[in-house]
Parts: sequence; structure tokens; C-alpha cells
Amino acid sequence: MKLTYSIPSMDFSAAGKASTDVKKTLAQLGLDRDLVKRIAVAMYEGEMNIAIHGGGGTAEIEFSPDRIDILLVDRGPGIADIALAMTEGFSTASEEVRSMGFGAGMGLPNMKRNADEMTVESRVGEGTSVRMRFLLGAARCA
Amino acid sequence: MKVREIVGLLDAKVFAGADQLDLEVQSACGADLMSDVMAFVKERVVLLTGLMNPQALRTADLLDIKVVVFVRGKKPTPDLVAMAEESGMILMTTKYSMFLACGRLYEAGLRGGGVREIS
Repeated sequence: MKLTYSIPSMDFSAAGKASTDVKKTLAQLGLDRDLVKRIAVAMYEGEMNIAIHGGGGTAEIEFSPDRIDILLVDRGPGIADIALAMTEGFSTASEEVRSMGFGAGMGLPNMKRNADEMTVESRVGEGTSVRMRFLLGAARCA
Repeated sequence: MKVREIVGLLDAKVFAGADQLDLEVQSACGADLMSDVMAFVKERVVLLTGLMNPQALRTADLLDIKVVVFVRGKKPTPDLVAMAEESGMILMTTKYSMFLACGRLYEAGLRGGGVREIS
């Protein structure tokens, strides 16, 4: 099974709806509650990044018997220094975005903390893609 | 601590979930930035926030947070109340500032919360 969502740019009333929908689907599948929460948080952070920084994009969630893969792709300016972007507290968000409750500089670190595997690929001027993998039924080594 | 006790301690007005005030919470999180909430929140949490928009409730919903308190007397708009009702949340407003509201709950014995080492 595969779910695909289009995520609009800077639409704060819509942002997060895809994650809410994914969480409901995961809960209906009867997955472990803690795992559902980890996936929901990681997906939500990614969705907000696409809406805030990425100029809009897409989210694909693929369900396999042993894992769930999430691919987030945006059309944004790209990340020049991925290591810096992964630093807790580092943010390029505007004051307007902060006033909406985002821009704590915890987005990518929160995603990495919750996913079992995560890779970020980015080209300046072209966009960013983030792949996250969540393993099912296996003990988690955090 | 029962949510009913929180309502009393914060002299709060309940806008949604008034029939669920016997719910128990074990910890509290006071934050206006939602990523901070997502980084620290554990189980059975009450979220105190000055951020009054759909994202605050959406964040709470994704984290299974069932109790949200708006601080500084911010009264939720009807759409937020409807959103809270749809998600089965308790939504309330206190006249106290974030500092005073958190302090009152801490003083009353609600001590659990997120602690992370300085990296």
C-alpha cells in the first residue's frame, strides 16, 4: 500500500493534515502505539519543513510487511550545509513562522531521533529530499 | 493529578471536554514552539501554550495529548473548540501567564516533564 500527499507552501491551515491522516491509517492497521507516535511526529516535522522552507512538495508513505518508508520531496532552495541544519536549535525560519509556533530548530533532529534510518539529500537551488525508514516488529536501538 | 484539579488550580474556563475532567495526567509541558513539544513530550501530558492556532491542537493530537491549556487568558475561537471536540480533547483557558500557570501545577505536585542532557 502506498499513500501520496501533495503539501502546499505556507498554508498553515492545511499543514499537518497529511500527518494526521497517516497517523489515523497507522492506528487502524493496529501498529504499536509508540511506533505510530514516532512516525506521526517525524512525518509532521517533515511536512512542516516542506510547507515552511520547501515551497511545497510531496510526501509518499509506503507500507511493507517489515517496514514503513516515507519519502519527502520539496521544491525549495535546498540546504547548503546539511550537518548544520541537523544541529538542534539551528533555524532559518522567519519571525512570521516562529509566531505560528515553528522554527525551533528541532525539525530535522526530531525526525532523525524518531526514525530508524534517515537520509537527507539536497542541492542548492533545486530542492531537498528526505527518506525515513521505520522498522516493524523489531527491537529499537536508539 | 486529575484534570479537574488542574482546572481548579489554574482557575480555568473549560471550552471542550468538560465531561472528561476525571482524566489523569502525569506530566506537563509548557511551550510555544511546537517542535519543542515534539522533542520532549512523554505520556499523559497536559500542554500549556500561548500559541492559539490549529497547529497547537494538531501537534497535541499527533502526540496523543488530551489536555491543552491556553495561557494568558486567550479564549479559543469556535473553530479551535470544534477541532478539540472532534479530537476528544479537553481544552481550557487560564488567566495566568505561562510562568505562573506552570508554577502552580508544579507546586501542587505535577513534577514529571522532559529533561535532556546538555550536549
